[in-house]
Amino acid sequence: MTEMLSGGDALIRALKDEGVELVFGYPGGAALHIYDAIFRQQDVEHILVRHEQAATHAADGYARTSGKVGTVLVTSGPGATNAVTGIATAYMDSIPMVVISGQVPSSKIGEDAFQETDMVGVSRPVVKHSFLVKDAKDIPMTIKKAYHIARTGRPGPVVVDIPKDVTNPHDKFEYSYPETIDIRSYQPVKKGHPGQIRKAMKTVLAAKRPIIYIGGGAVQSDSSDQIRKLVDELGYPVTNTLMGLGAYPGTSEKNLGMLGMHGTYESNMAMHHADVILVLGARLDDRTTNNTKKYCPDATIVHVDIDPTTISKTIQCDIPIVGPLEEVVGDMLDYLEENAQRADEKDLATWWEQCNNWREQHSIYLKPNHEPSKGEMIKPQDVLKALYKVTNGDAIVCSDVGQHQMFAAQYYHFDKPRQWINSGGLGTMGFGLPAAMGAIFADRDTPVACVTGEGSIQMCIQELSTCSQYHLPVKIINVNNQALGMVKQWQDMNYEGRYSQSLYEESLPDFIKLAEAYGHVGIKVTKFEELEEKMAECFAMTDRVVFMDIYVDPMEHVYPMHVPEGSMRDMWVSKTERI
Amino acid sequence: MKKRIISILMENEPGALSRVVGLFSQRGYNIDSLNVAPTNDLSLSRLTLTTVCDDLVTEQITKQLNKLIDVVKVLDISEGRHIEREMMLIKVKAKADQRTEVKRCSDIFRGQIVDVGTTYYTVMLDGDSAKLDGFIEALGDISVLEVVRTGVCGIARSEKSLSL
Repeated sequence: MTEMLSGGDALIRALKDEGVELVFGYPGGAALHIYDAIFRQQDVEHILVRHEQAATHAADGYARTSGKVGTVLVTSGPGATNAVTGIATAYMDSIPMVVISGQVPSSKIGEDAFQETDMVGVSRPVVKHSFLVKDAKDIPMTIKKAYHIARTGRPGPVVVDIPKDVTNPHDKFEYSYPETIDIRSYQPVKKGHPGQIRKAMKTVLAAKRPIIYIGGGAVQSDSSDQIRKLVDELGYPVTNTLMGLGAYPGTSEKNLGMLGMHGTYESNMAMHHADVILVLGARLDDRTTNNTKKYCPDATIVHVDIDPTTISKTIQCDIPIVGPLEEVVGDMLDYLEENAQRADEKDLATWWEQCNNWREQHSIYLKPNHEPSKGEMIKPQDVLKALYKVTNGDAIVCSDVGQHQMFAAQYYHFDKPRQWINSGGLGTMGFGLPAAMGAIFADRDTPVACVTGEGSIQMCIQELSTCSQYHLPVKIINVNNQALGMVKQWQDMNYEGRYSQSLYEESLPDFIKLAEAYGHVGIKVTKFEELEEKMAECFAMTDRVVFMDIYVDPMEHVYPMHVPEGSMRDMWVSKTERI
Repeated sequence: MKKRIISILMENEPGALSRVVGLFSQRGYNIDSLNVAPTNDLSLSRLTLTTVCDDLVTEQITKQLNKLIDVVKVLDISEGRHIEREMMLIKVKAKADQRTEVKRCSDIFRGQIVDVGTTYYTVMLDGDSAKLDGFIEALGDISVLEVVRTGVCGIARSEKSLSL
């Protein structure tokens, strides 16, 4: 039996048929037919945010936490352009998302009509694909395609721009939702090349100084279990990228920690001296490689990724494998089952001894690289250590961008994937709070912390209101150093301490009063001795939004830090010690 | 660094061309020439572009192009034996004794004079890009009023074809 539906109703029905439960959005003129269709149904819930950027970040946080596609609905013009930052954030981190934007009526397109923006054009460089729907009859197929493209292959955001006349409630057509989809020009690879996998495994097993390098692709493809088996089987040291944290347990002895600009000493040293690097779902971006010309000079690089463009983009790869990570790692495990050969035990033991030596020398976990906190001098690192302790390492941590983000990456040991939500690629300040809202919608049972700074939080602070409306008990951990900490750190290190526009000069709001104005709880912490107790208090209020404003040492820097233009092993390990 | 001719088969849909062109500007690749038209299958367009780059960049370009959803197939036809053609319309000043000089030059290059005025000739010429460059050079002192070139189109010299 077919049903006659208008474009607006068909759109919402298509979302339901696609399995969409939640849409984050903000209404406006060009989207009003769609909003009316939302009003007249119960299946798809709409979450009203306070700014379109937050809608995209919330959908992003929802997608990262749940593994499902996040959905956004905005109006034309400013609604659409406000969404672009969030779309770019999702694009850089390969997050599946569908953004539906209203557009001015077809007859007005190109006339500079009220609230008209060429959304397909504006968003083009930051989407996986986009559609402009010209006929209501195309809505079901377009939605099917959009979700298919967003979630398969290397995931990413897809924009669907719909002119207002296409959703007109008076124009009805026969609705049916396609069951399957085949796009001839889009056929994501389903298996890795068996010959390449064999070649890779021979190289990996012949290694004397191997390291397994795990990126965000491992989280996105839900390959953690497979990877854990692979590491157990091989017994090699592991390192994670910022995006890969949690894909392999952070507390495991085999995990040397995060690599890169603010990676651990032991990870960066192991990378530099490795003879074989097995890269699993990462793109070797500039924040992880330092100077590409000096990158890991002895290493044979085996690179597994679903997206062929990531291979040999920055670093020339020796053995490329293009394929879904879960499949390729599965094939690698099969290879190990069929072949008894393993790495030379003696070589591996020597290598482990070397790695552990590096740990003993400068591990931030064995030897703190900062002064101890005391009284009114709270070190930001200790805030993250307290958070880890109070939440037993079980919280979902949604971070903003800056020093606090790096401290969270360093000191919160993520043991599970999808526990660490941050804007790694684009580095979008303001991401944390809306992403935390999305995370709560995806997982109501796990405490969700938003680790932020007084700079980042003010970029999407309006969402405290959304938290009230939908009872989203985010725990905001504001690591307040009264400055744009990371900018300031660079100004300290590279600009002789000239703090150009990185200080607030007594202009910060009273965050406690601000939180209370929205009906939330505010807790101010200025003494180290109260930190843990107050944090425990914060997480005990399971059904409230709590804003913890924690005053920390404004002079603290994040270390280790790569020396610019150096190799992986060139690091500052503290303010005074350069390796 | 060498000249590449990259042939792309893509969906004949609005916006497809802007994705290809956008990719080049977004990632800092150059386009020296570009042409595009529907094929015998009207749902598909064939786009040919030329660029000058090294092997690594060529590899990235072809991979990035393949990643675009609207792109069906990509081939760097300059990798193998191929035929390359470009057409040029060139309008030159031709008065008195210059007229025979232009005519002679055009004949040598197997061009055709397709339009004549009292003060000008318009010559049509095809061949590979180097031949067209050679013609302009051979004109010497004769002043060129206008040059219109189609950009390179090309096809592989084998039975292998860029099709569905």
